[in-house]
Amino acid sequence: MLRRSIEGLGQRTIEGVWRIGFAARFFGVMLLHSGTAFQRFGLTIREMYFSGVLSLIIILVSGLFVGMVLGLQGYETLQRYGSESALGTLVALSLVRELGPVLAGLLFASRAGSAITAEIGLMKATEQLSAMEMMAVDPIARVVAPRFWAGVISMPVLAALFSAMGIFGGYLVGVHLIGVDEGSFWSQMQGAVDFEQDILNGVIKSVVFGIAITTIALFEGYDAPPTAEGVSGATTRTVVTSSLAVLALDFALTAFMFRGIN
Amino acid sequence: MNRTVLDLWVGLFVIAGIVSLLFLALKVGSMNTVKTADSYEIIARFDNIGGLKPRAPVKSAGVVVGRVADIRFDNETYEAAVTLRIDKRYAFPMDTSAAIMTSGLLGEQYIGLEAGGDEQKLKDKDRITLTQSAVVLENLIGQFIYGKAQEGTPQ
Repeated sequence: MLRRSIEGLGQRTIEGVWRIGFAARFFGVMLLHSGTAFQRFGLTIREMYFSGVLSLIIILVSGLFVGMVLGLQGYETLQRYGSESALGTLVALSLVRELGPVLAGLLFASRAGSAITAEIGLMKATEQLSAMEMMAVDPIARVVAPRFWAGVISMPVLAALFSAMGIFGGYLVGVHLIGVDEGSFWSQMQGAVDFEQDILNGVIKSVVFGIAITTIALFEGYDAPPTAEGVSGATTRTVVTSSLAVLALDFALTAFMFRGIN
Repeated sequence: MNRTVLDLWVGLFVIAGIVSLLFLALKVGSMNTVKTADSYEIIARFDNIGGLKPRAPVKSAGVVVGRVADIRFDNETYEAAVTLRIDKRYAFPMDTSAAIMTSGLLGEQYIGLEAGGDEQKLKDKDRITLTQSAVVLENLIGQFIYGKAQEGTPQ
């Protein structure tokens, strides 16, 4: 009994380490075979349409509502201290630094990441990837790399759109619904938000999230057992793992970027 | 889907991203912060800077003319050496005085410059000699209580 449970633990550890090693090698091979993704940029554009353009609706609507809620709740707290003119600062800083990249990342993981895993998992299950290899077409270069670069390019665009939409939502609620002074809303925001410290760091965050999410999604799909159950399990794992990765990476990046200011 | 339609959508998508980044950079953030190229530095020494932080605004007559570039502690004079980066468009006389002020009761602290009447202007790396430290609330309260206590004691 004890022996068996120890054996089980050992087996799971070995499997885990093996998977990490396989994922790292997968990432390396994907970067090495990225030439095709840029030579035949049409492939990447096609994937950008599926993971980026089709995610637009959910990103824009979520951004708008998150911004509007931030406006309402922020006002609720700030007016107690008589500093409701700082509403713009609150909305802009929280969106540009944190909520924009993180929420866009979470939405991107569940909207586009799961689709990527399901697609590649099913391609593997129906032996389309093996068929490509038979025709001397490298599936990593032809299928995987374009999806990777499409995700890496789409993610910062989506995060920027999320932040911009959120600030617009906060502006709508703060200025037009509640009646915060429009001039102080924008000018306090401009005084507090710095291009390099806040906006550029937000963009860097979203690029890192894009790399993490697409790598996890592609690897889970490529590694999925070629059965219906295997593909569904891989899709679930993609959403869970990449969401956790986004949150953990966000903490690490924030600790690096924003320690020491303010 | 048709290739050109696809290209069009992705193009629009990227343009929307760039536009929103521009919106963030120009309307939300301030790209026009004072750059190193078109600014000059002056140094002011204070006994106590209170809660002043790097990047705090430097104002004259209420208008932002620069930012605090650096704050260091001088171990020889036991003073705080604050480097101010002032926009080149604004020149101040040699006998300009600097004071640390607070916007509102709980607001952020900034440096206020009050121009003097000297003919000579401050140049890069010059020092402001007339400074007024931050008002520390605890000291004020302490002085007030001390004064009250002295009033109460019978002579």
